[in-house]
Amino acid sequence: MKNLLNEVKLIIPSRSSNESFARTAITCFFAQLDPTLEEVADIKTAVSEAVTNSIVHGYKNEIGNIYIQGKIFENNEIYIKIKDKGCGIPDINQALEPLFTTCTTGERAGLGFAVMQSFMDRLRVFSSLDKGTTVILSKKLSSKKNID
Amino acid sequence: MGIKIEKIDKNLIAYIDGDIDHHSAKDIREQIDIEIKNYLPSKLILDFKNVSFMDSSGIGLVMGRYKSMKSIDGGIQLKNLSSHISKVMKLAGIEKILKITNI
Repeated sequence: MKNLLNEVKLIIPSRSSNESFARTAITCFFAQLDPTLEEVADIKTAVSEAVTNSIVHGYKNEIGNIYIQGKIFENNEIYIKIKDKGCGIPDINQALEPLFTTCTTGERAGLGFAVMQSFMDRLRVFSSLDKGTTVILSKKLSSKKNID
Repeated sequence: MGIKIEKIDKNLIAYIDGDIDHHSAKDIREQIDIEIKNYLPSKLILDFKNVSFMDSSGIGLVMGRYKSMKSIDGGIQLKNLSSHISKVMKLAGIEKILKITNI
């Protein structure tokens, strides 16, 4: 098991006005690792996609809680869990396909998971219908700074 | 946060300011669409110089406006993309279908 060095937990209601707060707050937590500007932008974007999915899809017709957890492990490995107790994803493989979207207005690109996949090292998605969805993002930062 | 729109010749130039995410994209999109409808420009220029953050909602915003401009036989151009914004746009292959400049 890798050593856990630090962690943070956030609970926010699924209002779109919280998207900015969620991605900024979680990225600030990782500032202690002195990430590069590119890493900051990558983390911020991936978190924004996951939180937006919970708001737009998970809690489609309701407001529910989104549980966000950030962890720092040794060797600058970061882990971010974004969990909702919303409607769940019927077919995860289909949802992971680039350009797949359930949005009919043409205003959503269907690239949320593609962004998470390409901007982070690893993406894992767990979902069950009517119970919710959990997205786990992880990445190894290039930072040489080690925290105690 | 917001958007400033200028009309020069037959061009509509939209200077987007702040973050583009699912929350802010709605307002930006509505304001640009009103101007496209009223002004019927031959070209829409989206300027990203003052955009501090963009997720895939920005791709939806650009693709949606690309379609509305196409429906009036107009074009679209993207201007001043930061390296982060280019990286997001590239995921959708946008640089292959749209003109991007840095002037």
